[in-house]
Amino acid sequence: MSSFDENNKERLRSVSVDLNNDASLLIDIPDALCERDKVKFTVHTKTTLSSFQKPEFSVPRQHEDFIWLHDTLVETEDYAGLIIPPAPPKPDFESPREKMHKLGEGEATMTKEEYTKMKQELEAEYLAVFKKTVQVHEVFLQRLSSHPVLSKDRNFQIFLEYDQDLSVRRKNAKEMFGGFFKNMVKSADEVLIAGVKEVDDFFEQEKTFLLDYFSKIKEATAKAEKMTRSHKSIVKVSPYNLNKNTHSVNTNDVVFLQILTLDHISDLFEKLRKVEGRVASDEELKLTELLRYYMRDIQAAKDLLYRRARALADYENSNKALDKARLKGKDVSQAEEHQKRCLQKFDTLSESGKKELTNFKARRVVAFRKNLVEMAELEVKHAKNNMTLLQGCIELLSGN
Amino acid sequence: MFVHLSAFYSYRSLPFCRFFLQIEEEEGGDSFDIHISVSDPEKVGDGMNAYMAYKVTTKTSVALFRQRDFSVKRRFSDFLGLHSKLASKYLHIGYIVPPAPEKSIVGMTKVKVGKEDQSSNEFVERRRSALERYLMRTVKHPILLKDPDVLQFLESSELPRAVNTQALSSAGILRMVNKAAEAVNKMTIKMNESDAWFEEKQQHFENLDAQLRKLHASVECLVCHRKELSVNTAQFAKSAAMLGNSEDHTALSRALSQLAEVEEKIDQLHQDQANADFYLFSELLGDYVRLISAVKGVFDQRMKTWQKWQDSQMLLQKKREAEAKLQFTNKPDKLQQTKDEIKELEGRVQQGERDFEQISKTIRKEVSRFEKDRVKDFKMSIVKYLESLVQTQQQLIKYWEAFLPEAKAIS
Repeated sequence: MSSFDENNKERLRSVSVDLNNDASLLIDIPDALCERDKVKFTVHTKTTLSSFQKPEFSVPRQHEDFIWLHDTLVETEDYAGLIIPPAPPKPDFESPREKMHKLGEGEATMTKEEYTKMKQELEAEYLAVFKKTVQVHEVFLQRLSSHPVLSKDRNFQIFLEYDQDLSVRRKNAKEMFGGFFKNMVKSADEVLIAGVKEVDDFFEQEKTFLLDYFSKIKEATAKAEKMTRSHKSIVKVSPYNLNKNTHSVNTNDVVFLQILTLDHISDLFEKLRKVEGRVASDEELKLTELLRYYMRDIQAAKDLLYRRARALADYENSNKALDKARLKGKDVSQAEEHQKRCLQKFDTLSESGKKELTNFKARRVVAFRKNLVEMAELEVKHAKNNMTLLQGCIELLSGN
Repeated sequence: MFVHLSAFYSYRSLPFCRFFLQIEEEEGGDSFDIHISVSDPEKVGDGMNAYMAYKVTTKTSVALFRQRDFSVKRRFSDFLGLHSKLASKYLHIGYIVPPAPEKSIVGMTKVKVGKEDQSSNEFVERRRSALERYLMRTVKHPILLKDPDVLQFLESSELPRAVNTQALSSAGILRMVNKAAEAVNKMTIKMNESDAWFEEKQQHFENLDAQLRKLHASVECLVCHRKELSVNTAQFAKSAAMLGNSEDHTALSRALSQLAEVEEKIDQLHQDQANADFYLFSELLGDYVRLISAVKGVFDQRMKTWQKWQDSQMLLQKKREAEAKLQFTNKPDKLQQTKDEIKELEGRVQQGERDFEQISKTIRKEVSRFEKDRVKDFKMSIVKYLESLVQTQQQLIKYWEAFLPEAKAIS
């Protein structure tokens, strides 16, 4: 019963992503530990780069460390022209934890069989949540490692290499507060993106597309979540959970009893249920998670557009200031300097932004393709499985 | 105002009901060439006095009937009336009378009030199907088939209205049966079960009852959830289509639209599956729960018969004691009266014993007939249900395999 409260080591194979194929820096999360509220990820790095001290090493990291890394990247001025990969969401063990509670409370009233079965289901659910959260944290790191600029970030390196606890660095309260404040200002200014007059066709198109696509993918994610949840609840309804009749009966009754106590049937449905469970969780991983991830990614792309819009606004303001200065004849060189800087910033942002957004589209298309193909293949596999099970049972029943 | 509702029949649900009846035919079919269908529900009248009239069509070559192919119009209370007559005639002598479908105040009120929505249509369809199964099971019983009430029910164009169907509903009968069971439990004289067969069978049916009820409840839950999944899948399909429209990469856009279509088809599959869950499985289980109750009722009737016999014996004993006492008194009239009463009671005791033996014999026959028929019937129904599941999986494979090349075409 307490095996979940204690260290629950799970060996998980990382979901293969196209991102992790540059041999100079390979990152994966081979292991994760669940301790009460905290999840400890083992981040494993293999590298040929000289900037690292060792060619291969592993460090334990918590979810909060990932958030710290993400936030520092977002706040780095130099990366304003890049799409910062979205931060992985917090691991959510709420649902299985609630169940575990219920299991503990109901232990006395259940039969041994029921209890074991519920425990198994609980373990499966824990495993599913695990898989999801590992995948999402892994992808975050792999996005960084495959990015030409971000992979060289000093904090990223620290994150991968530093073998002590990162929490000391994290607890820079001022930094966090500053970040929070900045976020607030950012969302208030989002009107800017829509309002700013666009000079570049590419960005005009991207802006229109991203804004529309974001709302559609948000909707699709929500509906996919609902669908996956329904699918899972079907699996939970365990109708065929019959206690096998152990009363001794004379042989004349055995056939009747067998059919009507549905021995074969309950076995079959138990197996079908397991397959359905896998269908539901595969659907979640390949479809719902895909949509969810790209929804966040598009948000990150929108953030880039926002930053560029701000830079444009700054540039326009600096122009106005320069004109004013020229009129007044005061601080002209200062204003010229400022204007030049703003223009430079804007141009840099636009240039890198264009590259980022083009790559983003390519990346998105590849990811969709991969996941949709995998999902379709898995669906076929599971359906074939089900069919074999069902046909076997039909033969058994018809033959008798 | 006449409202013809047969048009609403979901052409999907109908085949499943037909499957049911085919099974019944294939089974007891050889000596009983009779097929009954209940169809064309028609609303008659208005407001709270309205009722549903069903067409009952009999096709048969059995000589008992005047024709080979004929129809009558019946309403729900007529079915209940038939059942109560059969129950009152045959239950107490040990015949397993198939139970009639349940009354449903809520369902019927909606129909009366004139709500022509999905749920009241489903209610009428469900009832129609249940009435059909009820009649088929009744006529498959060799004794019941010959009963004049059954013949009248199937043949007469006019049927005297069954009154007081409150007490006569199958739920009512079950209540009576349950009360009898309670009385049996409270019996002061524990029945000396000389026959191990009965004890064993009773236990067996108790177990079956418990398991079937559990299973039935779960399957009802399953149907609910599947319907919900269908709704959510449809919603997702719509959102995926919109996403596909918004997508500017051509191949991906097409793939997303295809995905939306696949999900729409799958939504339809879920609906069909939910119907199969319901008509092939859930209703089947419900029928069997009620059937097992009828079987249990028959066992209880045997107990009651035994009790009656024992009571007569006890009374006889008392009278004999009274007679013995009266011998020593000078009351010739009283003595004669007592002697007469004893004579009568002796007759009653003998009859009681005969009744008990008869009902025991009948029950043995009924149970083995039941077991033979029901096992095959149930097994084949389950197989039909499993086959529907296989069909669903086949369709899934087809849809996803068709989608795969579209997904692969994204570049």
